[in-house]
Amino acid sequence: MRFAYPFSAIVGQDEMKLALLIAASDPTIGGVMVFGDRGTGKSTAVRALAALLPPLPSIKGCVFHCDPKADRALCPGDCPARTAGGGEIELTPTPVVDLPLGATEDRVVGALDLERALTRGEKRFEPGLLARAHRGFLYIDEVNLLEDHLVDLLLDVAASGENVVEREGLSVRHPARFVLIGSGNPEEGELRPQLLDRFGLSVEVRTPTVLADRVEVVRRRDRFDRDPGAFVGAWAAADSEIGERISAARSRLADVEVPNSVLEAGSRLCMAIGADGLRGELTVMRAARAIAALDGAESVSEGDIHRVAPMALRHRLRRNPLDEAGSTVRIERAMSELFGA
Amino acid sequence: MTQADAVSPLWEDALLAAALFAIDPAGLGGVAVRSGPGPARDHWLARVRAALAVEAPVRRAPLHIDDDRLLGGLDLAASLAAGRPVSQRGVLAESDGGVVVLPMAERIDNATAARLASVLDHGEVNIERDGLADRLAARIGVIALDEGLEPDERPPEALLERLAFRLDLGSPGGGREPLPLGFDLDLIAAARTRLSAVEPAAHAIIEALCAISLDMGVVSVRAPMLALRAARAHAALWARSRVTAEDAAAGARLVLGPRATRAPAEAQPEDEAAEEPPSPPESASDPPPADDAAREPDPETLTDAVIAAIQAALPEDFLERVALERAAQSRSSRSRGDGARAKSTRRGRPVGSRHGALHPGERLNIVETLRAATPWQKLRGGGLAAGRVQVRHGDFRIRRFVQRMESTTIFVVDASGSSAFQRLAEAKGAVELLLAKAYATRTRVALIAFRGGGADILLPPTRSLTRAKRRLADLPGGGGTPLAAGMDAALLLALAERAGQRTPTLVFLTDGRANIGRGGEPGRAAAEEDAMAAANRVREAGVNAAYLDTSPRPRSDGDRFARAMGAVYAPLPYANANAVFDLVDDLSGGRR
Repeated sequence: MRFAYPFSAIVGQDEMKLALLIAASDPTIGGVMVFGDRGTGKSTAVRALAALLPPLPSIKGCVFHCDPKADRALCPGDCPARTAGGGEIELTPTPVVDLPLGATEDRVVGALDLERALTRGEKRFEPGLLARAHRGFLYIDEVNLLEDHLVDLLLDVAASGENVVEREGLSVRHPARFVLIGSGNPEEGELRPQLLDRFGLSVEVRTPTVLADRVEVVRRRDRFDRDPGAFVGAWAAADSEIGERISAARSRLADVEVPNSVLEAGSRLCMAIGADGLRGELTVMRAARAIAALDGAESVSEGDIHRVAPMALRHRLRRNPLDEAGSTVRIERAMSELFGA
Repeated sequence: MTQADAVSPLWEDALLAAALFAIDPAGLGGVAVRSGPGPARDHWLARVRAALAVEAPVRRAPLHIDDDRLLGGLDLAASLAAGRPVSQRGVLAESDGGVVVLPMAERIDNATAARLASVLDHGEVNIERDGLADRLAARIGVIALDEGLEPDERPPEALLERLAFRLDLGSPGGGREPLPLGFDLDLIAAARTRLSAVEPAAHAIIEALCAISLDMGVVSVRAPMLALRAARAHAALWARSRVTAEDAAAGARLVLGPRATRAPAEAQPEDEAAEEPPSPPESASDPPPADDAAREPDPETLTDAVIAAIQAALPEDFLERVALERAAQSRSSRSRGDGARAKSTRRGRPVGSRHGALHPGERLNIVETLRAATPWQKLRGGGLAAGRVQVRHGDFRIRRFVQRMESTTIFVVDASGSSAFQRLAEAKGAVELLLAKAYATRTRVALIAFRGGGADILLPPTRSLTRAKRRLADLPGGGGTPLAAGMDAALLLALAERAGQRTPTLVFLTDGRANIGRGGEPGRAAAEEDAMAAANRVREAGVNAAYLDTSPRPRSDGDRFARAMGAVYAPLPYANANAVFDLVDDLSGGRR
């Protein structure tokens, strides 16, 4: 059995970990893009997330593991939810699906089941990665190397929340709402703005330069490589604590209040830095609310806004190539001007 | 049996790396071997092969291997014979537990490198292709044969960074004298079985490796991790049950040494024991006494001892190598957009709805064609029962590649003399403006500067704003005006771009006061003559060009050069970044 490196054992990289927890607490925020140096544990963190996520109540036997509350109308015709007049509910693990490089379009969107068709002459839809990721996470490592036609396809599905397949005489639509997680190295090419915009949060990870941190990274990795089972066991308690925090945050989320003064602070910040569109403002608000929920607070504070503003806004600033200062610096500058933070 | 005394230190390290790699191929990731083909490299490869476990597969992945064979996919012949989809494993999965050899690794594109990197990280291939979904074990080590000649011709960083060792077999006078055999094969085999019994490394060992990697300017945390693994393999080779300072020193020398970007702070010469590496045991049956249990110094002295041992173990030409490495990195090491982009368009979406006959040069997308034919097999009387699949014309799916015409704008900037800085700033601004919208327009941008004795490619064709900014941050300036050299360099780059299926546009920013000839010698008359000849070559090659005259007053020279090149001429005495941008945008916009 393969073990994933535990989330709680990741050294430092607090912004990345926080962004992932926020996205896990409130999927409507719309995903996380992780930019960063090589060897900083980008993909380790995303894969570790899977172990933390609470199971989902799903319609039993449904290939799309549909939500018993939300997906009835969307699900294709032969779903047990429809045919059996309801179907039982079972708990399924939250999917965290890898979209590997070299994936072909038929496996991403789903296609005719070739085996069934060839051996039995049956025309049956074989769900793809988008179906598998429904209600979970879709992870794309090296997202800037993803082929353009796959990017187009993802943009469309991520925006509409459903996957429409019209190929090989098949006509299928099924729900596909997922949190998109991407990672990449900016040295290997820019990300298309439309794709970047789909991500709610964007974080930048850097290689640790403090000796003690580096020693700890190497030491833990060494332990993990030698005996993954024991290592994962040692961190299981810490991991499950984080998992409970996510569950609690999810159930608390709707009750967290957002005071008017905080709303206003968020808007003023977005105006000050000229973030495009309303989406930035909305994301700041939602992310701040998720942080408050994760912290067990009853209402959002201005401090929460400060914590999430860089990750919610840095990829939404209009690029000014002649301004040497990075987006993060511009946001921090604006915050200290506005709030004296 | 070793011949450590007779062998050059370079070979000693190469053989040690071969032995350690053979002990733990997947853990160490691999070896980048920089060398042309020849007896030295063949010999080294043969040693690795002999040292690997008998059952370990060794597979070669040719440069232009496609995803079907690299990752795996549908085995078409078998599928047709069987009447159901049959998968085939790719080279990566076939090499599980062994080694993949990559010839001409300096030419591997980013897309392939990323696939290899993912497999090296996770030890498995994740396949989502052609209707197949599978995860296959692929615990592999990689041998990247780097035949690059120039410092910036080297394998992609994403791959290099995951390979523990970097060897250079290119320089020595190997081949004359008999090549050494290196370590006893039984010894290596024994070490392989011992490896998992080596205890976790002491904190001091890890701390020393991390400290020295920071000290040597090695940024990535992967480097000390790999050094630690190399140290462990080294301990196993010497039949030790724990990693000692000597093991750490060997790991650091082999793994961190070639990655260093600066020399470590200062050597601490008091530890003399470490300066002389112990000679390896004669054979497996005669291991040296495991003496590490005897001395158990406190952590701080151990750290110092390890650091001292590491410093003492650095090769003599270390500083030289550091300088070379730095040169390679500050140049264009990461500019392999060309291969990657060309490939990704070739890998683009096959447009399959077109019916009709296959024209010469087109390729049938067989999987898609079968998919299209499949639902109708019952009706046509084909399929499994009939023993064959009936494919009709209407099922044909023709692989048509979405080939977007990309273009490359090459700025050729006169960086001579004191007024150059102004012009360079303008060119900088224009390059950045173009880059900012490069993704949407599919434009790539390159920058060549000429000054003093010749021309330099400051920014190889790129779409990465991050890289461009870094490279543009410190542009040099001053010296004479080798216009001819600038034109030559520009033409060469333009032709290379054209060979990569991109349309090049040259944009010259110069005052045309050529005073350095083609060969680098001063003299106005000869320089102008050379420049005129170079300009003619540009026109003959039919490359799009613009000539922006930056002299205070328009001069007839500029006009003459422009006409010789067949270039658009624009006097820009008051040039600014926006003006340059508008002009170039118009020029390339006309073509789009």
